[in-house]
Amino acid sequence: MPLRTEELLLNMGPQHPSTHGVLRLVVTLDGENITDVRPDIGYLHSSVEKMMEHRTYVQNVALTDRGMDYLIALNNEAAYCLAVEALAGVEVPERGRYLRVIFQELNRIASHLVWLGTWGIDLGATTLFLWCFRERERVLDLFEQVTGGRLHHVYFRIGGVYADVPDGWAGACRDFLEYFLPHIDEYHQLLTQNPIFEARTRGVGVIGRREAVAMGASGPVARASGIAYDVRKAVPYEVYDRLGFDVPVQASGDCFARYLVRLEEMRQSVRIIRQALKDLPAGEFRARVPVAMKPPRGEVYVRTESPRGTLGMYVVSDGGESPYRVKIRAPSFSNLYALTEIMRGWKIADIIAILGSIDIVLSDVDR
Amino acid sequence: MSTGMPPAGTGVPAEPQPRRTQLGPLAQVVEVLDSLPGGGLILTTVESALNWGRASSLWPLTFGLACCAIEMMAAFASRFDLDRIGVIPRATPRQADLMIVAGRCSIKMAPIVRRLWEQMPEPRYVISMGSCATCGGPFFYDNYSILKGVDQVVPVDVYVPGCPPRPEALIEGILKLQERIKKEPFLRRQALAALDGRAGAR
Repeated sequence: MPLRTEELLLNMGPQHPSTHGVLRLVVTLDGENITDVRPDIGYLHSSVEKMMEHRTYVQNVALTDRGMDYLIALNNEAAYCLAVEALAGVEVPERGRYLRVIFQELNRIASHLVWLGTWGIDLGATTLFLWCFRERERVLDLFEQVTGGRLHHVYFRIGGVYADVPDGWAGACRDFLEYFLPHIDEYHQLLTQNPIFEARTRGVGVIGRREAVAMGASGPVARASGIAYDVRKAVPYEVYDRLGFDVPVQASGDCFARYLVRLEEMRQSVRIIRQALKDLPAGEFRARVPVAMKPPRGEVYVRTESPRGTLGMYVVSDGGESPYRVKIRAPSFSNLYALTEIMRGWKIADIIAILGSIDIVLSDVDR
Repeated sequence: MSTGMPPAGTGVPAEPQPRRTQLGPLAQVVEVLDSLPGGGLILTTVESALNWGRASSLWPLTFGLACCAIEMMAAFASRFDLDRIGVIPRATPRQADLMIVAGRCSIKMAPIVRRLWEQMPEPRYVISMGSCATCGGPFFYDNYSILKGVDQVVPVDVYVPGCPPRPEALIEGILKLQERIKKEPFLRRQALAALDGRAGAR
């Protein structure tokens, strides 16, 4: 008699310790195998795009911190400021641009550390969480000395940054980088050769180059599938064209490759910050911009490389004090789209490992 | 296709039904003690010992909604280390007695927050962490999707202000809750409730 199996619908989330927020996955299972995954999003929809239409251009900087990806507040601010500056034709002084690069890369390190720590917990490596947050607190201290905030900074302004760094901050930043680099090797020691970690991640959740492009994946997810694309190299913004750094690429497209890409990205960020601190010019850090600025009629689309992928900002102006429309191209959203493709065919126990390796932030998905 | 969840938009479920309590014998003990001269003193002493234990092992539900959850994680991690005041995160509401609502709660999420609260055993407490959970915060005006305060769906004991609150602020909120738990007439309330046949103390 042939064994009869039934499809099982499994509901994962919205409250689940490993969904990294309020994501609900409706998983269709055939025994242990995943036949389909349907992400149900919108549990954190904050209607930030609509809210931006009711606030002035300057006020909206504060909304990009909270309404979008909350782990990378400074990268969001940068994308928004770049878009409005392109729209209004504001020229940012050199020092402001270098400071922006330094802070964006520091935020990239902080974001990757949160990802590594929480993914570590998902895979059973609790030590990693404590280690990563130990280093992250040092980054947040650096932020706090300048911006006053740990998570939400509202530090970038249209036309530059809010304030100059205090005396001695550059030295403190260099000290941190000195302290941080050996710790990346420590993570490698803990994980890269670890047989349990390898069994959970190597060869798991493979997405090929062609599928990654078709699904609109970007950032580390795409780079782990062999796509050497980084907006900082392809369409340089701020001063990235003057700084030397490599774009880490892996070919295998599995969870392990995504992990390696992100660890290497942290190393490259350290390299960028060191150069930017060395080249940091003196002078003005903010251009004079009227508080009630009214960019001319028009539209602009700006792309930046956020820690999760290509972060696009589309701003339409009708000549008024507030934007007519703001559309955010969120990297987490596009990467979540690739999730269904990646997960199909794997075992149920791999869901956690795959979901964690994509590194989505639900605030970025839902906006 | 059934997904095991009620369709969205059904609103907040009704108050839970009074449950059959197992505190009958305890209620009788409390009644006897209350009738004895000096019995109240024994009751109070036992109660404060119990309350000390309850306050020193608050187990919160790992339940992050938005940005504040990152600060909550930071409070659990290396530098701030909430374990040292007995706060150990649990992944299921059945084992938790504290819910830290960390972050903005959307209207779609509100019934789920309520259900999680209902799944927690009594006595249970809620800390509303951050401006969004407290009153909507930066998402109060011109917004169609965020609940203006999570106290519309669950009763909140301690509000922690901030956007997001620093981990120190969350620790302060937990200490305030501990103070409150230590003063609670927990036994007497449970016993009275058992005698009345009502649901136990919240």
